[in-house]
Amino acid sequence: MMQSMFHPAGPVAQRIASLGWLLLAVCIVVYVLVMLVTLWALLRRRPVAEDVPRTTRRLTRTVMIATVVTAVILALFTVSSVVAGRGLASPTGPGAITVDVIGHQWWWEFQYRDVTPSDFVTSPNELHIPVGVPVHLKAISRDVIHSFWVPNLLGKRDLIPGQVTNTWLQADDPGIYRGQCAEFCGHQHAHMAFVVVAEPMDKFLAWIQHQRAPATGPASDEEKHGHDAFMHSTCVMCHTIRGTDAGARLGPELTHIGSRMTIAAGTLPNTRGHLGGWVANAQGIKPGVRMPPNPLNPDDLQAVLTYLGSLR
Amino acid sequence: MDREQQQRLQREEHERHEVIERVEPMPEPAAAARLHRELERTWYVPSGLIGSLCVVDHRTIAKRYIVTAFCFFIFAGLLAVLMRIQLAVPNNHFLGPDLYNQVFTTHGTMMMFLFAVPVMEAMGVYLVPLMVGTRNIAFPRLNAFSYFVYLFGGVMLTVTLLMNTAPDVGWFAYVPLAGPDYTPGKRADFWAQLITFTEVSGLAVSVELVATILKTRAPGMSLNRMPLFVWSMLVTALMVIFAMPSVVTSSSMLLLDRLVGTHFYNPAEGGDSLLWQHLFWFFGHPEVYIIFVPALGIVSSVIATFTGRPVFGYPAMVLALVATGFIGFGLWVHHMFATGLPQLGLTYFTAASMIIAIPSGIQIFCWIASLWRGRPRFHTPLLFVLGFVAIFVFGGLSGVTLASQPFDLQVHDTYYVVAHFHYVLLGGAVFPLIGGIYYWFPKMTGRMMDDGLGKITFWVLFVGFNVTFFPMHILGFEGMPRRVYTYPAELGWGPLNLVATIGAGMLALGGLLFLYNVVKSHAAGAVASANPWNGGTLEWSVPSPPPVYNFLYQPVVEGRDALWERSADVPVVVGIRSDCREVLITDVMDAEPSNKVEYPEPSIWPFLCAVVTSAFFIGSIFTPWALPVAIIPLAITLIGWFWPKSPRAEAPGVAAPVKEAA
Repeated sequence: MMQSMFHPAGPVAQRIASLGWLLLAVCIVVYVLVMLVTLWALLRRRPVAEDVPRTTRRLTRTVMIATVVTAVILALFTVSSVVAGRGLASPTGPGAITVDVIGHQWWWEFQYRDVTPSDFVTSPNELHIPVGVPVHLKAISRDVIHSFWVPNLLGKRDLIPGQVTNTWLQADDPGIYRGQCAEFCGHQHAHMAFVVVAEPMDKFLAWIQHQRAPATGPASDEEKHGHDAFMHSTCVMCHTIRGTDAGARLGPELTHIGSRMTIAAGTLPNTRGHLGGWVANAQGIKPGVRMPPNPLNPDDLQAVLTYLGSLR
Repeated sequence: MDREQQQRLQREEHERHEVIERVEPMPEPAAAARLHRELERTWYVPSGLIGSLCVVDHRTIAKRYIVTAFCFFIFAGLLAVLMRIQLAVPNNHFLGPDLYNQVFTTHGTMMMFLFAVPVMEAMGVYLVPLMVGTRNIAFPRLNAFSYFVYLFGGVMLTVTLLMNTAPDVGWFAYVPLAGPDYTPGKRADFWAQLITFTEVSGLAVSVELVATILKTRAPGMSLNRMPLFVWSMLVTALMVIFAMPSVVTSSSMLLLDRLVGTHFYNPAEGGDSLLWQHLFWFFGHPEVYIIFVPALGIVSSVIATFTGRPVFGYPAMVLALVATGFIGFGLWVHHMFATGLPQLGLTYFTAASMIIAIPSGIQIFCWIASLWRGRPRFHTPLLFVLGFVAIFVFGGLSGVTLASQPFDLQVHDTYYVVAHFHYVLLGGAVFPLIGGIYYWFPKMTGRMMDDGLGKITFWVLFVGFNVTFFPMHILGFEGMPRRVYTYPAELGWGPLNLVATIGAGMLALGGLLFLYNVVKSHAAGAVASANPWNGGTLEWSVPSPPPVYNFLYQPVVEGRDALWERSADVPVVVGIRSDCREVLITDVMDAEPSNKVEYPEPSIWPFLCAVVTSAFFIGSIFTPWALPVAIIPLAITLIGWFWPKSPRAEAPGVAAPVKEAA
């Protein structure tokens, strides 16, 4: 997995990468030239008797030419930046969908709104988008300033409490792209990652259809045991599982947790072992995280893990 | 204008010129020795425990400043080594997130506020009075006060880290993270009050420098003859005076939010979290030029001396410095490109951020022209300056790329930015500073530093620097954000981070060599003559180290490079009293003598005032009552400080000892 600005997978990142190559190439050439001239100035063979006024005249002319060239290069940079910036300001094509991005210390919430409130979809730390379509993002923060950033797809956009900021992205190739908070936001800023899953439109629609459904009820005895343990523990103080009594909104929604790739905002792969460690003592994995340790007895813990695993 | 007024003006004009006299030949040795004894008595530097707290001498205070600043530099440098150890391998557990966040915040805060700005101002405090040819810095007691306030503030920050209560919100302390809701406890308050400490001392020093430069230059040193180092300090000091009020405001508002529950930055109550960023960066961007512009002055001084020729293009250099000072205030928003401001505004700030490269470019071109024209002597100071050229041009160019708003959206807050600002701050300011220390060490201590060891130190630092910071550019492209205490192995950032950590080890080794050289040379270096490098500025005309009164006769300046253009029968200033601390005041443009003032004697009051001020600053972290309680002792110390001297009987025979001798 990589998150690299020079491996663009969409038009926004592509445009910035092209601009970046232009800037870097020109700067490298300028640097090499300046260094060569400096070395020449230091090491040149000096005539015994130098014609001082003539040297000074020539140096003055050279410095002036260099200054003019600098100004021209900077003007070129400015114009190309402004052109690129305007190109990034709003999406080119039609058919945009809108996703709300909500920043929390230290996880991401992606909300897909709908005319029917019960059809709202909330996906923690996993942004699913259709390929080839501009996706509009409306970003807000619930606490401190965060910054939304997927290097392969787009540059940063800050999430600022008390304001809505807008941006857009588009993935041209299906794939999984990693993103990460880019504005220092406290203790676990380092562990505030997410993934963008770009898939063909039909698969995306199927995903969102599936996400709209409430949680499946516990099927086996073990799952039933886990469900009860969950509902009688502190878990319900923070988490939502739609279709059950758990409806708190402080932590990530768990309705379809079994289908997610990672837990703890991209910190760990979503396996039964990792989830067990996380539920029992999240502080050991991500010190300072808002989730408290949960002293469940081993039977209850195993049952809860089975139940959560069944929430696909 | 009536006749009477005209006569008065003529009389004043006459009196003004009376103080300059040609002394031909120079006064006989016996008279000079008598004057020396008298001046030494008048400008005495008190010693002893109490005495050392009363010192108002600019050289002593500047040396304290420099040594203290280097102590903070070493401490903050060691913190950087700790961070590099933590980041050497993925998923490391050497420092936890809590300690790591304190360490990087303290590293940044200390380097910016307790090392870079103070050490540059300290170089100014030491050198400016010598370069402009006067006996002490203007407002000497304020100078003493500023040092103690700075010292106490720095000690406070160091102690908080040792007590595990250091600020952990980054050196720019964005709200609401630094606000009362998300950083309870006192950590962010210590940060905000440290800012207050450094503001007070920084503003005080700047006012002194501006007054010294504009009003006490030696006769003849008109603005167009001022050494480039003095120009750079003037620009710096003026920038401090205009930039600091912005951060005074913002950090005071932060303290009020945290201490008494105002809502300046609380969006839930109509405050605005972006307000902080505007106010902070309106100071914060000029801040980097405040660090970097003095370094430009050092570079010009070193290049002039070690090529044996004045720096090429003096008017262009001066205009570039002044332009940097102005444009530096017009580009703060490039720190906020990702906040979603309107496109038109972003365009303006992209253009402004590009434009500032032009004055920097002009200076680089002029230095290269100077090297071309002169005959370089490759001593350690010049090596450091050449290292500066190699590193700073690179950092400047990466800065140009950062000015491009779309490109910045990708590299903003990544290791690319970390690499960039270390190239321009370490390469652009610390390399010239170390070169400057090698250059002026003989003047300050009377002993030469070891040149051979200096060259080795240079290469260790130069290679170590690039090994540490060059890979960070690539890490930025690969998506590594700054301020993360660890990173997953799958992203492949491990190897380059390990390289950077090895480079940090080399930097530490280089620092150690430098330190060893300073200690060794201070104790047993070769004894320095007055002008060991054949420099052209006035500080090289006095013995090394300079006497307490700086100049036996205040000089008269006849050209830009005062010593290189000095005629044989150089006139000197006479008619300045030597039985009290009288100095000559000259006018702003042409340095024509205008009047004389008496500088204050050493005093304990500035120290006491600094103690009370510091107690107030620290107390107000804990209770708003610190303000009303501190007012009374503060008033007492200020009354003591400004208590008028008993009027001195005018002794006519003593008034103009040089005249008598001549």
